[in-house]
Amino acid sequence: MSLSAILPQEFLNQAVPLNAYLILSAILFTIGVAAFLFRRNIITVFMAIELMLNAVNLTFVTFSNQFGKVDGQIFPFFVMVVAAAEAAVGLAIILMVFRNRATLQIDDIDTLKN
Amino acid sequence: MATNFFPSNADMLKFLPETVLTLAGTLLLLVEGFKKERDSRTGVAMFTLLAIVAAMGASVVAYQNPGLAFSNMVISDGFAAFFRVVAYVVGIFTVLCSMNYLEREKAHTGEFYILLLFSLAGQGIMASANELMMVFIGLEVSSIASYILAGYLRDDKRSNESSLKYFLLGSFATAFLLYGVAWIYGMTGSTNLGEIRTALSSGAPSSIMVPAAAALILVGFAFKISAAPFQAWAPDVYQGAPAPVAGFLSAGPKAAAFAIFLRVFLTAFDPLAAKFAPVLWMMALATMIVGNFAALWQNNIKRMLGYSSIAHAGYVLVAVTTHSTMGTAAAMFYLAAYALMNYGAFAIVTHVAGDGEKHVTVDDLKGLSQRQPAVAALLTIFMLSLIGVPLTAGFFGKFYIFKAAIEGKFVWLTALGLLNSAVAAYYYLRVLVVMYMHEPETTEHPEEIPGGVKLTMWVTAAATLVLGIFPGIVLDLANQFAVLGK
Repeated sequence: MSLSAILPQEFLNQAVPLNAYLILSAILFTIGVAAFLFRRNIITVFMAIELMLNAVNLTFVTFSNQFGKVDGQIFPFFVMVVAAAEAAVGLAIILMVFRNRATLQIDDIDTLKN
Repeated sequence: MATNFFPSNADMLKFLPETVLTLAGTLLLLVEGFKKERDSRTGVAMFTLLAIVAAMGASVVAYQNPGLAFSNMVISDGFAAFFRVVAYVVGIFTVLCSMNYLEREKAHTGEFYILLLFSLAGQGIMASANELMMVFIGLEVSSIASYILAGYLRDDKRSNESSLKYFLLGSFATAFLLYGVAWIYGMTGSTNLGEIRTALSSGAPSSIMVPAAAALILVGFAFKISAAPFQAWAPDVYQGAPAPVAGFLSAGPKAAAFAIFLRVFLTAFDPLAAKFAPVLWMMALATMIVGNFAALWQNNIKRMLGYSSIAHAGYVLVAVTTHSTMGTAAAMFYLAAYALMNYGAFAIVTHVAGDGEKHVTVDDLKGLSQRQPAVAALLTIFMLSLIGVPLTAGFFGKFYIFKAAIEGKFVWLTALGLLNSAVAAYYYLRVLVVMYMHEPETTEHPEEIPGGVKLTMWVTAAATLVLGIFPGIVLDLANQFAVLGK
């Protein structure tokens, strides 16, 4: 069954304006920042960072589409590779913290102070 | 059209230092796989030293082949060579101090050196990046390796915590930087520093998003150089990280971050300079004040040096604010001098802290002049240099920065900066008072100083004094290299 059978014709003909993607990515980025600042679980905080990076990817692809240039579509690959490396290291660090303290609450990790 | 994707030899020469470091790191990774946990790692450490020295030679080769490489993504010039060498020198000190330290803490494995090599490669990329995507990649290569280095003592709660905080806040900052890069790409159609500059100076994209994107990139850099109000991670990370690593983080990656900060804001965002001058002015002042005043209350030496590193980032920001060739040269000189004196101080902390880093408070230094007179004397040199007393490298560092600020008509910033240096004297001098005017509390026989740490202490102290008497050695180079291609 093709897509045109389910969706009304106007939906397929009308492109979503580019600004919508930019606004969506800005919203995603803001949610990421807010989650980073206000969530207390380390894993959630880490996911917030990933959300921010994906907002960046969306922005890149949108602009790339607008310019009709391919380089903006290559950048997300760089970002993804780095984010994967970061996730590998980050989860290992979180694991070490959990082993030593048996907690994932960010407020409990407060040994370092004067 | 057939395109040859294989880089030319000329391109490879401009990227030689990073190639050397990455190959050496990869080779060590393979070797490490065949080692048993109890095997000696002296050979690995020696090979690492050799690789860093080779990379230093390679930066000279890269310097002799100036120009753009890899489709304008990388630039090889004196500015890049200067910061590469600063980072590599810090790398050598780190290896020297870490050998015995890791043995003592029972964490001596080859990965430490491998990560250090990769981190240095990342800093080299940062120093030579000519493209915002390269800035991002260099920053991440350097940071991801240093996140692990900060948490290298796996069973130490402090080290874990330091690593976690460094990782979370570092990645958070990178996301800001990237979002800024994405918007700059959207506004100018390019991520190449030269093309961004051309697009911005033609004045075509007048959208509010241009300065906003530049501000996002500024936030990313401010985190990395620990500038206020994004400095909160620095003291925690330096306090918790193993002492040789803390020294490394405060000198190497910070110098590289300033390198890329200067390059991006002096080339790509040059047309926005007038808009950003007040922001940088306030940031420099806030960083100096926060660093110096918070350091006054610290009792842990590593934490105190952490706050002091924030304050010193503030002084360098004063030089950045001037937006002149003279200011750039002053910043370069200061970062080189700071790397020497601060690493020296951390080398001494590495030794004095003792097994498990138990003795890291200022009180633990009581009577050090009687127990270990040479160590106390060397620490005195570093503290005086950090204050900025004449005949030390720190004096000329501050002198050139404030001279550049006065010539740039930043009189108030200079005055407030000088007042800050006076406040800073208090907490550095407190260390001297404790060392020389208090009786020792322990009768323990002092441990012997390991060879690598001893070498680092004496070399950094000698270099601090030599630069304090003949600053021209480094300053002439800085003046020559401070002119960035536009």
